[in-house]
Amino acid sequence: MSTSILSAHNLVKHFNAGGFGAARKVVRAVDDVSFELAPGETLGVVGESGCGKSTTARLLVQLLTPDSGSVRYEGKVVGPELPLKAFRSKVQMVFQDSFASLNPRMTMIDAVAFGPTVHGMSQADATRKAQDLLDRVGLDPSRFGGRYAHELSGGQRQRVNIARALAFDPQVIVLDEAVSALDKSVEAQVLNLLMDLRRERGLTYVFISHDLNVVRHISDRVMVMYLGEVAEIGPAESLYSAPRHPYTEALLAAMPSLDPDRRTMEAPLAGDPPNPIDPPPGCRFHTRCARAFGPCSAQVPTAFTVGKNHVAACHLNSVKEQVA
Amino acid sequence: MTQDTVHSVTPLVRVEDLSVRFAGTPPVHAVNNVSFELAPGEVLGILGESGSGKSVTLKTLLRLLPERKTTITGKVEVDGQDVLALEGRALADHRGGVASMIFQDPALALDPVYTIGQQIAETVIRHEGVSKSDAMARALEMLDVVRIPSAKRRLDNYPHEMSGGMRQRAMIALALACRPKLLLADEPTTALDATVQIQILLLLRDLQKELGMGVIFVTHDIGVAVEVSDRLAVMYAGSFVETGSVKDVIRDARHPYSKGLLAANLVGAVPGTRLDAVPGAPPALNALPEGCSFAPRCAHAETACGISPLPLWSGGGGRWARCVHASRSAASAAGANT
Ligand SMILES: Nc1ncnc2c1ncn2[C@@H]1O[C@H](COP(=O)(O)OP(=O)(O)OP(=O)(O)O)[C@@H](O)[C@H]1O
Ligand SMILES: Nc1ncnc2c1ncn2[C@@H]1O[C@H](COP(=O)(O)OP(=O)(O)O)[C@@H](O)[C@H]1O
Ligand code: SF4
Ligand code: SF4
Ligand SMILES: [Mg+2]
Ligand SMILES: [Mg+2]
Repeated sequence: MSTSILSAHNLVKHFNAGGFGAARKVVRAVDDVSFELAPGETLGVVGESGCGKSTTARLLVQLLTPDSGSVRYEGKVVGPELPLKAFRSKVQMVFQDSFASLNPRMTMIDAVAFGPTVHGMSQADATRKAQDLLDRVGLDPSRFGGRYAHELSGGQRQRVNIARALAFDPQVIVLDEAVSALDKSVEAQVLNLLMDLRRERGLTYVFISHDLNVVRHISDRVMVMYLGEVAEIGPAESLYSAPRHPYTEALLAAMPSLDPDRRTMEAPLAGDPPNPIDPPPGCRFHTRCARAFGPCSAQVPTAFTVGKNHVAACHLNSVKEQVA
Repeated sequence: MTQDTVHSVTPLVRVEDLSVRFAGTPPVHAVNNVSFELAPGEVLGILGESGSGKSVTLKTLLRLLPERKTTITGKVEVDGQDVLALEGRALADHRGGVASMIFQDPALALDPVYTIGQQIAETVIRHEGVSKSDAMARALEMLDVVRIPSAKRRLDNYPHEMSGGMRQRAMIALALACRPKLLLADEPTTALDATVQIQILLLLRDLQKELGMGVIFVTHDIGVAVEVSDRLAVMYAGSFVETGSVKDVIRDARHPYSKGLLAANLVGAVPGTRLDAVPGAPPALNALPEGCSFAPRCAHAETACGISPLPLWSGGGGRWARCVHASRSAASAAGANT
């Protein structure tokens, strides 16, 4: 994937979690995360709560400054080589909380037109564009254009947020749990809209969700995060059918089965996800891993290539290679 | 209405033609003509989207709704008692003694200023009048029952000193401390990570079997409902629209809304393809619906759908759907067979 549209290079973000001097604690929210996005593909991102999905997303769209590492857009380092303003119109983000993202005192037409006017479009053109976009996301502009955020349902607000992101004519949209708060029947409508838009406009998505079923449905590739690191990344199909990291395996086994004849018999992991303050040495997953062995508690596993575009950070893969 | 005369045993729960309305402008018709039965030791999953009336149904069984603004009509019997008539001591015995409830947010059940041990012991003393030391012993036993590691130490923990999954277990321990015959579970795993959710679901499944409780488990997640339920009821806009064994409802849903919900949960979906999504959104519950509430979103809607009461398709053994289209399809299929 040499022609990536957007890429993350060794991103690191630690947060202060209180304490001073030697007692100072840091949350290793994102610790050396790298990945690339090919134009037009959808990368799903999964992992337990607190593993760094949202922080990664916010680093990617430059809402947060990394402690180290960089983001490149079409090969150019954002900041030094590509001005932020130009980057922002190319890469947009949609959040879970549809309400918080909208100004309560703006009508929906104005909310969608706001971005383009800031980028120099005339008010009349921006309004026309906003009408077209509202229409495109399934909201009749004559009915909904004059409404305020509190006069819409959650699903309708999320459509407005998608229209607002589209108003910049972006190439990439980062969706952080963008459908998670919606009722299932409405979520399905918004997923259809996202898939349609992707096809029409050749959009590239980063799709973050705790719902592994939805991620599988919409993603070309999937990235699994654990305690601030990438555990495994690979094509959706092979990652779901033949995971190469025990953590991915456990996540998949934790999904409710949907088959009354094959209910889940055993929980794949015990206890709660650990805290990213002071993560364990070696493989961060070794404290919960049923297959941990010799090197796991001391040696950090490197990213092993386990298939085409498929990488897993687990020592088992080095053993397999030697055996093969 | 005798839709659920499957059980020869005396049912643990019998709800007949239950309606719940909240006063206000506009008023809310939260539950409309719901009837069902639950056998002792049976697990009923109630599946529905937000606002469909799941929580109100459960709260009615415990009489937890604000008395002054709520109008309840119909019949609610639990363990042979008329729940709507309970007062004073009898009501207090019912709550926590006969039936108890667990929630999505353990803060609704756990008091932040008392330790877990104190809270469980206090409940046991209130219901059973045992000594303080016996009650504490029961508390310890309960933490073991819900598989909390180092239970003895955890007795002295305050809720905020526990992780999310642990708090959920503590809430379950509290709810089960007086061995209720009926457990009402209101989305107890919705806020949890999938890895913790499955632990809690399996725990509840085990405890249900061990203690032989009847359980009504409310959720918006089909996968969760399938993991825990014997039977399913699909709820829409305050009404039950379809019920049956989990297998029947999942594999052969008859109501168009149930089918839409299954499609939205990606049951049988081919990755990357458009979903068979139900258009629109659930209705406001400000007026009692005439005919089918789902009609504005239904691809099969016709004139007959606007007329109450709707025809009932029945597959026998407590399997039914309340829908014009389902009744007609079944009738024409039967016609074709003869
Ligand atoms: N501004 C902040 N200050 C301190 N800690 C933070 C901050 N933002 C995030 N964190 C911590 O960093 C870790 C990763 O957080 P992040 O929000 O990226 O997780 P996530 O994977 O998106 O989780 P979820 O699934 O719950 O959304 C967490 O431990 C979180 O508490
Ligand atoms: N105490 C109350 N006062 C007024 N309306 C209520 C009250 N409790 C619930 N409702 C309304 O009743 C309907 C059903 O709510 P609920 O049972 O909580 O839905 P859910 O299926 O999401 O659990 C909703 O419209 C809700 O707003
Ligand atoms: S490196 Fe070791 S501990 Fe980590 S996931 Fe692989 S086997 Fe488990
Ligand atoms: S009764 Fe009519 S409107 Fe309602 S679900 Fe059946 S066919 Fe659709
Ligand atoms: Mg997040
Ligand atoms: Mg509820």
